Amino acid sequence: MRQRERQLGALYALPLGLFLGLTFLAPILLVALFSIMPEKVFELTHMPDFSAYRVVLAQGYWKSVAWSLFLAALATAILLVVCWPLAYAMAKVFKRFTLVLTIGVVMTLFVSENIRLFGWVLTLMKGGLIEGYFRHWTGIGFDAPLYNVPVIVFGLVYVYLPFMLFPLAQGISMVPDDARQAAFDLGATRWQILREIELPLAMPGIMVGSLLTFVLAAGAMAESKLLGGRAVITIADEVQTAFTYGQNWPLGSALAMVLIAIIGSLAIWAISKADLDAMMGRKS
Amino acid sequence: MKTSRLSSFLLLGYGIFILAFLYLPLVSVGLASVSKARYLSFPIRKYNTGWYGEALASDTVQSLLWISLKVAGIVTVSSMVIGFLGALAFARYSWRFRKGFQKLILLPIFFPQTVLGLALLMWFNALGIVPSWKTAIIAHLVWIAPIATLIVSIRAFSFDPSLEEAARDMGASQWQVLREVTIPLLMPGVVSAGLFAFLLSWGNFPLSLFTTGADSTLPEWLFAKMISGYSPLVPTVGMLTVAGSAVLVAAGLILAWALKRLRPTT
Repeated sequence: MRQRERQLGALYALPLGLFLGLTFLAPILLVALFSIMPEKVFELTHMPDFSAYRVVLAQGYWKSVAWSLFLAALATAILLVVCWPLAYAMAKVFKRFTLVLTIGVVMTLFVSENIRLFGWVLTLMKGGLIEGYFRHWTGIGFDAPLYNVPVIVFGLVYVYLPFMLFPLAQGISMVPDDARQAAFDLGATRWQILREIELPLAMPGIMVGSLLTFVLAAGAMAESKLLGGRAVITIADEVQTAFTYGQNWPLGSALAMVLIAIIGSLAIWAISKADLDAMMGRKS
Repeated sequence: MKTSRLSSFLLLGYGIFILAFLYLPLVSVGLASVSKARYLSFPIRKYNTGWYGEALASDTVQSLLWISLKVAGIVTVSSMVIGFLGALAFARYSWRFRKGFQKLILLPIFFPQTVLGLALLMWFNALGIVPSWKTAIIAHLVWIAPIATLIVSIRAFSFDPSLEEAARDMGASQWQVLREVTIPLLMPGVVSAGLFAFLLSWGNFPLSLFTTGADSTLPEWLFAKMISGYSPLVPTVGMLTVAGSAVLVAAGLILAWALKRLRPTT
């Protein structure tokens, strides 16, 4: 019985395992190899000289890295505050409306990020949905709140909201009502219940949501390109530019490796702590 | 500690506000798509649905639609098969490297898609493969097959292994157990994984961007048009892709509802 389980498990894992080995691990290895090649070569047959990493350090690319991480951290913090009441209500207060919200939010994920961000441009631009009607009714116009840093953060908050909301709601649903009731009966204030009971017990959900949001936002670039008018160049944008306009694969690879190292170490740390069997409710 | 009437009411209002916030940009795109003017400006003076006719008649849009459909269709079928097998290894059987396998599957989901697309472009180049819509299928699958596996796994986790054992004890072969017990039990998970796979592939932009070569999918074309200046076809084609997803989601929901109705016991 055990023997058969072992063989079957390995057999069924084979297609996906092989596929990801060939199309995920191998390309990353290739990027790693290209990143140590001399500049502007397109083959791996040269002597490695790590010069691309020197360029990354010398030419101020760290600014893009810092911006990406800062924007991602800011968006994550804002999302925690924005999503908490809603996640709480989804887990503890709403009944039918939780399903409506879940379907409503998931459906936005199926619309290309481009179209949704483009929709914000149409909404916020001068002569757009908001300014156009405002001017029509009041006669007063104002400048479009586009092409700056705050609107990039706004775009990140908008796009990654579902990735914070659902893990948070999952986390909050694990807080037993009895614990809150007991704290309340013993005279705890609403604020004390939040700090001493709900936050610690919902911590797994908070961690998953924050990490997911942070990691995705750190690798984002559409928000800064479409809404931000490239007020900030993100690291993913720099990687793309180095590959396409720059025609400098080793530089692009070195930049990609910096991003992969930051995101990868966070993701691997998080994944290694998570017990997927327990999280997804394995029975045996 | 019951939530008071007032706070339930406020929370409900907040939920509706968030939903409105999520859909507001789509409202703008929708309105823009029916504006008659070539240069959009709100408030819209004249409404007209002519751009839809023009979009549907255009050869470019038709070929984009066909490529997007082909890619999403093949990605759907492949991820249903891979996801079904992967989920059995992920959730059902205890084997030596199961924990490691679970972690490997999560990594591509976290990975920045733009970088993944570029890495795959280099990889295809190194292998001497010319990028086309076929390579985009591979790129989409790197991200979507793990998601499909997770979705089927949720179903597989709630699956009672003794059902398979009972079938085997009664003399069913491995193949019969698979066909008569495992596949029917996991089918709802496989179908929802397929639905997710189609929708995620249909809307995907960052992976397609670098891996389609000379071909182009709908989101790619939209992006190229968006950054090169306004064209009235952008909101129109955008709304068409949204409508495509919405129809599919509605069909999925109706199917789920009908199955629940027909078989209230399961």
